[in-house]
Amino acid sequence: MSVHTPHPDMPPPILNVGVLGWLRSNLFSSPLHAALSLFAIYLLYLTVPPIISWAFLEATWVGDSREACAGGEGACWVFVKVRINQFMYGFYPESQYWRINLAFGLLIVLAIPLFIKQFQHKGKLAIFILVVYPIITFQLFSGGNFGLTHVETSRWGGLSLTLILAGVGIVASLPLGIVLALGRRSKMPIVKSVCVVFIEFWRGVPLITVLFMSSVMLPLFLPEGTNFDKLLRAMIGIALFQSAYMAEVVRGGLAAIPKGQYEAAEALGLSYWKSMGLIILPQALKLVIPGIVNTFIALFKDTTLVLIIGLFDLLAIIQQAFADPDWLGYSIEGYVFAASIFWVFCFSMSRYSMALEKKLHTGHTR
Amino acid sequence: MSETDNPGGKPRATGDVTIELRGVHKWYGQFHVLKDINLAVNRGERIVICGPSGSGKSTMIRCINRLEEHQQGQIIVDGTELTDDVKHIDQVRKEVGMVFQHFNLFPHLTVLENCCLSPIWVRKLPRKEAEAAAMRYLEKVKIPEQAKKYPGQLSGGQQQRVAIARSLCMNPHVMLFDEPTSALDPEMIKEVLDTMIELAESGMTMLCVTHEMGFAKTVANRVIFMDAGEIIEENEPHEFFNNPQSDRTQLFLSQILQH
Repeated sequence: MSVHTPHPDMPPPILNVGVLGWLRSNLFSSPLHAALSLFAIYLLYLTVPPIISWAFLEATWVGDSREACAGGEGACWVFVKVRINQFMYGFYPESQYWRINLAFGLLIVLAIPLFIKQFQHKGKLAIFILVVYPIITFQLFSGGNFGLTHVETSRWGGLSLTLILAGVGIVASLPLGIVLALGRRSKMPIVKSVCVVFIEFWRGVPLITVLFMSSVMLPLFLPEGTNFDKLLRAMIGIALFQSAYMAEVVRGGLAAIPKGQYEAAEALGLSYWKSMGLIILPQALKLVIPGIVNTFIALFKDTTLVLIIGLFDLLAIIQQAFADPDWLGYSIEGYVFAASIFWVFCFSMSRYSMALEKKLHTGHTR
Repeated sequence: MSETDNPGGKPRATGDVTIELRGVHKWYGQFHVLKDINLAVNRGERIVICGPSGSGKSTMIRCINRLEEHQQGQIIVDGTELTDDVKHIDQVRKEVGMVFQHFNLFPHLTVLENCCLSPIWVRKLPRKEAEAAAMRYLEKVKIPEQAKKYPGQLSGGQQQRVAIARSLCMNPHVMLFDEPTSALDPEMIKEVLDTMIELAESGMTMLCVTHEMGFAKTVANRVIFMDAGEIIEENEPHEFFNNPQSDRTQLFLSQILQH
């Protein structure tokens, strides 16, 4: 019997590891590949340096009026700097900015424990954030009580308005969407048809139409003299519109859950709502996290459409700012600023959803 | 009642009927799946149901806990007749446990949570009590060390044993098994069958749809053969295997016992 002696491990060839190896396998693995790589590098060379030079190197950062930017070749960030308060708070009275800051600061403070593993009362806190926090925020924003001066919704604006619209839209559309999705799969024909009609109606109408109708047509049907807040109407419109999309996303998740899960839940004696809440929805929602977040991101960006009904969200207020004769010609800076703010929020949502997916993955194979 | 079984481990006194099917018919659309099924199951009895695929055997036991609806006849479980009345259905489902071919464990919950879910939410047991009971049953099926794992991390045989423990946690009087070993690799079948044999020895009333004829021979009081939605033959196992009455049964047995 021969005795097997294993070969000693040898290092891989030098051309396969390290920077060289990476370059070879990723950028220059074939002539075509190499040509494409070089072309891409050339394109980057053409576009990136000018952008960096415009946005940073040549940009004007200091000053407080248009004159400061007179000689500059690059971006005039002075424009954003001078108007930043308006971009953030809209036409909210300057002396009351603290109320908005307090509201958002409170949200951040409340949300922190949700990310701490050891914290025991996450469920209660989440309910507090969803139920009590909006009331506090509304009180802070609107005032009129507790010695706070009343600020009309027409003076709300800027990023804070965008966040409010998106927040309300997100918080309202998810549960509504879930209910609609369950309704659409219901065995009860009336519930089912109501949900189908609702979903198909809202999905079939452009959001811009919904907003127009809510602001122009709705008052025609309301009795004379009733003052139905414009912002509230926009919120309801956005929430209903997005809930229809959400319902379809959730329905996809529900359809992906095997029949055996429903049967096992039934066989264990769980009622419909318990089996949905404990068994089906946790799995279905986890499956469709990417779709849900996708809808959230679309919703966040769609809030800009409220500018057509005269609400000044972030984009609208920026547009209004560069229409100011003092700052004519600085629209690019304005749009770039708006885009980067939107990008930061949307990218955070997308990253958060990926982290959440990873965390909820329990290694199951169906 | 602390356990489903009686402490002595002897079968309960047989004789009183716990499940009764009287003239049950069922259709899937135009297709007549169950034709005039009459069956009385005594307390503590172990019944094996076999037959070719599509013969209606799964459908029959699925009617017993109303996963399927029958259209004619009566099904009475522990004195409760199954009707459209949700209360009756809930009552029956509390008493009847079910084990599925594909285990149907809840993949987003740990083994322990799988077992505790229903006792907590349906029987309203305090969490601690439910967990203690669940651990007892997990010990019984010999996998207490897997309690904190997720089903996806277990082998098929382990998953099926968890599924059995999960059903037992509801303290059922009757256990239904719907081809519990058909989805398992050969070497895992034994561990599940051993668990079922142990359960049978503790006096549980069992209805098993299975093709494990060895199991039928050792455990069953009665073997039922179904074909085309009808009960063709029923007999005690020795007679059933050695002296089948109908030619259809003979054909079936010769086919499955050949290899």
